[in-house]
Formats: sequence, C-alpha cells, structure tokens
Amino acid sequence: MNRFRLSDATIDVGTERNALDHAAAGACVGFEGWVRNHNDGRAVLQLGYQAYAPLAEREGEAILAEAMARFRLREARCIHRVGLLAIGDLAVWVGVSADHRDAAFEACRWIIDEVKRRVPIWKNEHYADGESGWLHPDNTPAGI
Amino acid sequence: MNYRLLYFASLADRAGCASEDRDSDAPTPRELYAEIAKIHDFAFTATRLRVAVNGALVDWGHRLAEGDEVVFLPPVSGG
Repeated sequence: MNRFRLSDATIDVGTERNALDHAAAGACVGFEGWVRNHNDGRAVLQLGYQAYAPLAEREGEAILAEAMARFRLREARCIHRVGLLAIGDLAVWVGVSADHRDAAFEACRWIIDEVKRRVPIWKNEHYADGESGWLHPDNTPAGI
Repeated sequence: MNYRLLYFASLADRAGCASEDRDSDAPTPRELYAEIAKIHDFAFTATRLRVAVNGALVDWGHRLAEGDEVVFLPPVSGG
C-alpha cells in the first residue's frame, strides 16, 4: 500500500484526507508544512525541493509502516512536494486517523519529525538578495 | 568496476553534474567516496553522509558490484 508519495503537483488536502476515513476512527489530525518567507533571519522568495525518489519513497513508506505499528492508528498518509514552490504553498502534508485523539496527535508529530530526519529530500532556499543555498542541517555550515 | 554515481543538492552543485559513470577499483562506498571527494573537492566527511546502493541504504563497508548505482546522501532538509 502506498501511504507515502512525492508529488510535483499541488496537494489537495480535501481529497487526500478521504484516505483516512474509517468508521472506528474518532480523531483525525493533520499537519501542513508551508513555505514561509524567511529563514534564519533572511528573506526567502521561493523554495526548490529535490528528492532521490526511489529511496525517498522507500523511506517514507517505512516511516508510515512504523507509525502504524507504533501507534494505535486506523490510517496514516504523507505527501511531500518536489520542484519549485512559492511562499504559502503546501510543501508537506501528514494526516492520521485514530480511535482517540492522543494517538492521532502523537503519531502525526512523530511522522513529520521522522520524515524531516530520514527521507532524502533537500531544500534549496532562494533569497531576496539573489543568493540561493541548499540546507544541510546538522549544526554545520550549509555551504561547502 | 563501473559505477553509476548520482549527486543531489550541494554535492551536485560541487560536482557540476547530477550523475556520472566512473571506472574505479574501490571495493566499498568508503573507498569510493574518498576517491571522488578528492576529484570533486567535496568538503563533507563521510561521517556526515549516508550512502545508498541501487536505491537502498547500505553500510559504508558494503561490497560494491559492477554497474551499481551509488548515491552519497548529504544531510536532508525536507519538510
């Protein structure tokens, strides 16, 4: 089952959340990651996302399978955009359904954290001053 | 042996290409990275990277085979 996917087109949350439907579910939690106009004190104009697609899909599926096993969920989904995105665009969406809210909140948070930590996707920030730079966050400078 | 190398993010910028074929005697990703880091002047030490072969994460000591697709993954920044 594909619970995770990359998309080069706009994510339609209204449609995607149908995949979370379950008669036993009493809670649904969604997370939307948006493109913001600043980072680390610099004005950002747009973002480019690049993925190593075969591994990104494999890692994303593994994370959602782990979430299904780890939390008392009915369903879980995640979609991550690739390509060039504008300020305000939806870059990543996570949705989960569960019988009760505790598991739904915890799982949603856990999934987005794991996606950011493990899935091979990189963000290129285009700054207002004309520069751009790939982010490689692990407490060391981004530029090499 | 012949390897297919794919580059992403700042490694692609530094290499000046998204992929290349390379003939190398390196038996594992560890030796292969040391070799290409010198060629492309990559500043990342291997400890900051992960490595994938044919679309799956592997250890740095993984034995490479003819025609393998090898990707050195810089720290990720999705989300």
